Amino acid sequence: MGGSAVTKQMLRRASLIGPALLFIGVFMLIPIGLMAYVSFLERGEYGGVVWHAYTGEAYSNFLFERDLDGSLLLNTDYLQIFSRSLGLATVTWGLTLLLGFPTALYMALQPERLRNLLIFLVTIPFWTNLLVRNYAWILLLRNNGLIDGTLSHLGVTNEPISLLYTPFAIGVGLMYSFLPFMVLPIYASLEKVDLRLVEAAFDLGANHLKALVRVIIPLARPGIMAGSILVLIPCLGAYVTPELLGGSKSMMIGNLIQTQFGAARNWPFGAALAFVLLAMVLITMMIYTMRSKRGPEPAS
Amino acid sequence: MSRLSRNPLMRFPGMAPVAGFAFAFLYMPIFVLIALSFNENRIATIWSGFSTHWYGVVLGNDDILHAAQNSIVVAVVAALTGTLLATIAALGMARGRFRGQTGATAVLVLPLIVPEIVTAVATLLFFVLIGFKLGLLTVMVAHTVFCIPFAYLPIRARLDGMDPALAEAAADLYANEWQAFRRVTLPLLWPGILSGGLLSFIISLDDFVLTYFVAGAGATTLPVYIFGMIRIGVTPEVNAVSALMLAVSILVVSLSWLIGRTQR
Repeated sequence: MGGSAVTKQMLRRASLIGPALLFIGVFMLIPIGLMAYVSFLERGEYGGVVWHAYTGEAYSNFLFERDLDGSLLLNTDYLQIFSRSLGLATVTWGLTLLLGFPTALYMALQPERLRNLLIFLVTIPFWTNLLVRNYAWILLLRNNGLIDGTLSHLGVTNEPISLLYTPFAIGVGLMYSFLPFMVLPIYASLEKVDLRLVEAAFDLGANHLKALVRVIIPLARPGIMAGSILVLIPCLGAYVTPELLGGSKSMMIGNLIQTQFGAARNWPFGAALAFVLLAMVLITMMIYTMRSKRGPEPAS
Repeated sequence: MSRLSRNPLMRFPGMAPVAGFAFAFLYMPIFVLIALSFNENRIATIWSGFSTHWYGVVLGNDDILHAAQNSIVVAVVAALTGTLLATIAALGMARGRFRGQTGATAVLVLPLIVPEIVTAVATLLFFVLIGFKLGLLTVMVAHTVFCIPFAYLPIRARLDGMDPALAEAAADLYANEWQAFRRVTLPLLWPGILSGGLLSFIISLDDFVLTYFVAGAGATTLPVYIFGMIRIGVTPEVNAVSALMLAVSILVVSLSWLIGRTQR
């Protein structure tokens, strides 16, 4: 092949991939860069920013607040919101894994037609509106709602129990929102497992638990890792669930960011918070790619 | 997994009850919502009888209809643009490896990795700072970015599963590149394009966070309107409009699923 043919091939590729890359570049990459820039600007008095006035205020805001006389005071409010977000994301991750892995394994061991139906059933909630899904939990969790009503009807409780507007409600909502994200990738990797390996484990005298721990789980590791990423990342940035199911005392990072563009009118601080969240996600992704490059650990 | 799954040893104790619980957990709220949307009672969670009254109320509400119309216009434009960009990108990415492929893939799926609230903040700042007026157009642009990876992934999967010999055979039969694409590749790729297009349509139709940030006043979509309703309180109208949204999602996803499965 001559050099011109290679160049022609490259040009053809570039002209096909180019438009999509350009679109994402202009409307996503540049905005993210701009957001990082804005996080170092001074806030405008009535919202917006002051151009060419650089400050690290937005980042020091995170830990300190200015007293009336201008001295810095430690303020742990925002730190609490970050640690609450991390905590809720971790708990959600753990619970979706506990519930999702057995579900995926059960699905993978069914006959093909039932299997396809089950995948479809897991996919449906995944594609339904997030607001609608969280709203359904308001109906269930609120005072005199379905759960409370049933409990008092059965005589388990005497007075209304308030489940809504608590961190518990957020946890349930997040788990509900992201369970399919855990089940589907684990299922995808379990489906590829060669059952003869599991059979060999049984032949060699392994019981169910041993076969699970020593053979199946190691082989499903890529799916477990992918599912964990897919649950952790959106959980950290969740906005709708804490907004609808949590109270004002159980804000997460997403709500704090939104407030900066709404009532608080502190755009640089909002941009800085979003940038910190993005950094957390990218670090998680880097750890994930480095780990998954090593491949699954040997089962022995 | 193979036929071996019928081996009784492959039944792991405890898996079935957990799976049963998971499915109940996934579907109970949906069933409760649908049931309550047919409740005649003014109070949303107290059952007093079957009625379709609240559907009538919702469909007679001009604000809701206007918001729904906005949602559909945005979703059609974003899904069409996103799917077109994704299709030609997938065609360019397929067939052999090249330098920068990993980087290009990373950019194409970036909208899936970055938390939506971060994208929302960045897009809002971008439009405001370049002085672009917030409205339906900004929502369409933001949604298109999001639709690209959702359309790209199924189309790419379909392309990778295609036999390259088919296009080569067309070339052997003196089809030029365009003819081979038009008569061989495109018909085979079509289910993937349609399924990716439908998924990006539903993603745009359902999107709330991004829209909430970049819509500005006057460009209210249905999810943004529903959010406002939920904020005010739990009412029978919210039940009915939520059940309608649910029905549309289930319909479109089922359609995409059926199209993706047939003609393999």
